[in-house]
Amino acid sequence: MAERVNAERFISIEGIARRYPAAGGSFTTIFENLWLQVPRGEFVCIIGHSGCGKTSVLNILAGLETPSDGVVVVDGQAIEGPSLDRAVIFQGHALLPWKSVIGNVAYAVSSRWRKAGRAEVEERSKRFIDLVGLKGNEAKKPAELSGGMRQRVGIARALSIEPKILLMDEPFSALDALTRGTLQDEVRRICKSTGQTVVMITHDVDEAIYLADKIVLMTNGPEAMVAEVVENPLPADRRRDSIHREPDFYTVRNHLVDFLVARSRTFKDEKPAGYDPRRPPLVRLGEPVAPPPINTIPFPAVATARD
Amino acid sequence: MKSLGVRAGLLSVLLFVVFCAAWQLAVTPSASTGPALDPEYAKLMGISTAGAKSAMPGPLDVAAKLWDNLKRPFYDNGPNDKGLGLQLLYSIGRVALGYALAVVVAVPIGFLIGMSPLAYRALDPFIQVLKPISPLAWMPLALYTIKDSALSAIFVIFICSVWPMLLNTAFGVGAVRKEWLNVARTLEVGPWRRAFTVILPAAAPTILTGMRISIGIAWLVIVAAEMLVGGTGIGYFVWNEWNNLSIANVIVGILLIGVVGMVLDLILARLQKRVTFPE
Repeated sequence: MAERVNAERFISIEGIARRYPAAGGSFTTIFENLWLQVPRGEFVCIIGHSGCGKTSVLNILAGLETPSDGVVVVDGQAIEGPSLDRAVIFQGHALLPWKSVIGNVAYAVSSRWRKAGRAEVEERSKRFIDLVGLKGNEAKKPAELSGGMRQRVGIARALSIEPKILLMDEPFSALDALTRGTLQDEVRRICKSTGQTVVMITHDVDEAIYLADKIVLMTNGPEAMVAEVVENPLPADRRRDSIHREPDFYTVRNHLVDFLVARSRTFKDEKPAGYDPRRPPLVRLGEPVAPPPINTIPFPAVATARD
Repeated sequence: MKSLGVRAGLLSVLLFVVFCAAWQLAVTPSASTGPALDPEYAKLMGISTAGAKSAMPGPLDVAAKLWDNLKRPFYDNGPNDKGLGLQLLYSIGRVALGYALAVVVAVPIGFLIGMSPLAYRALDPFIQVLKPISPLAWMPLALYTIKDSALSAIFVIFICSVWPMLLNTAFGVGAVRKEWLNVARTLEVGPWRRAFTVILPAAAPTILTGMRISIGIAWLVIVAAEMLVGGTGIGYFVWNEWNNLSIANVIVGILLIGVVGMVLDLILARLQKRVTFPE
């Protein structure tokens, strides 16, 4: 029983808040009373506009920031600071520029397995460099790599420590569209094959639809909240080149875009009846019965209480 | 047509030749100039009548003296007659000692100051007051407290090289990118390992900049300090040759001070290049 609960609430964000002191002794509340659960093995994308605190949520998950209120429980344990169980892929790759590609990955590996021998560390680092397709570039310094290759090293470094959770903060936003596409493919391939639990911040709707199992919609800050959690209706074997022909693609895309354009702003004042911040509604955008009247998807399409 | 390096080299040689020629011309006695003096009177005044020979040596005199000195750099004929190489070694030794002491003190303290904004704020006024003090102003105090002129010279080198290193280390450590520190934090890297594997390499270029400034200052100061303290060293050599009125030796001394200073700077520049990383 406990096993099952742990799997369902592998990550459990419980009433966290982030407040900053503002002028005049008051506080600016970025968000408060935020609740969210992520089951084991799921790929979750959080989308929202800048300033809604999504990076703060991720930093709290990483343990780099402490919430002003509330706790986050991961695999039955409350987070108290950063941990090797939770790897972070940073927006700006954050490679150590004085270390080579393999040096950067090996730094993580030797931090994870302190007693591992040099050969063991090297072998493992090489394996993960291969995994992200950088074989032959081990000795290069980050400055000699393109932006996409640097982010690949960041991914290899994060995966090499076999984290329970992979946290990504807009990892591809600084890349050109083509590179972003191939990296999304790689990340999807790797995460699917290992059953990695992932929380990713993005503001790219298409990226979220392609990668995520569930998409968390956050309203605008300050006082941001989780408006709803959208279950991705697209089949698990979706492919980048045909995803836009999937029957539900535009249903979910329109829903997300509508949210970002309008509802992210108005949600606060037009909360649906029975909205409970502890249980943000789970929206299932199933096969539409009739040709979908765009922009008028009833809210919530399917709202089920989650536990 | 030719590479920039070759052309610059040719121009350097040309400038050098022009400079030496002008110098030679300036010190060559000209028979025609000056009123014809009564030889008796001239002799009384200590002036040679065979064309006014200047006390200022020409480039050839200096070159000959330089060659003399370079032929036997390490002879030691007692307190006031030592080879130039020996004198330079004394100076370099003092600088090395005082400088090494400064590195040992400044880098760790700078590290602590850089890590703690509180320490930085608290110590900043002291550093700001102590930094602009001319190192030679410490000399009487050093002589009185240390009661040893050789050690006092080393102390003066220490005190003048410590500030740039301290400030640069603190600044470099304080300016380490937060994302690099966050990488270390998410990897649960302990404080010591973090200091040596993240902060030190990240701050190394800034620290080395401070060390390079310091070695330059130390070499400037040692000459003045040795003139005051006396006994040995290139500064003392220059002052002693001035007392001997051997201007040629003074110029040789000046020249070598410049060369050694350049070499010291080159060494630090090389080190700096090794720790600098492209981003």
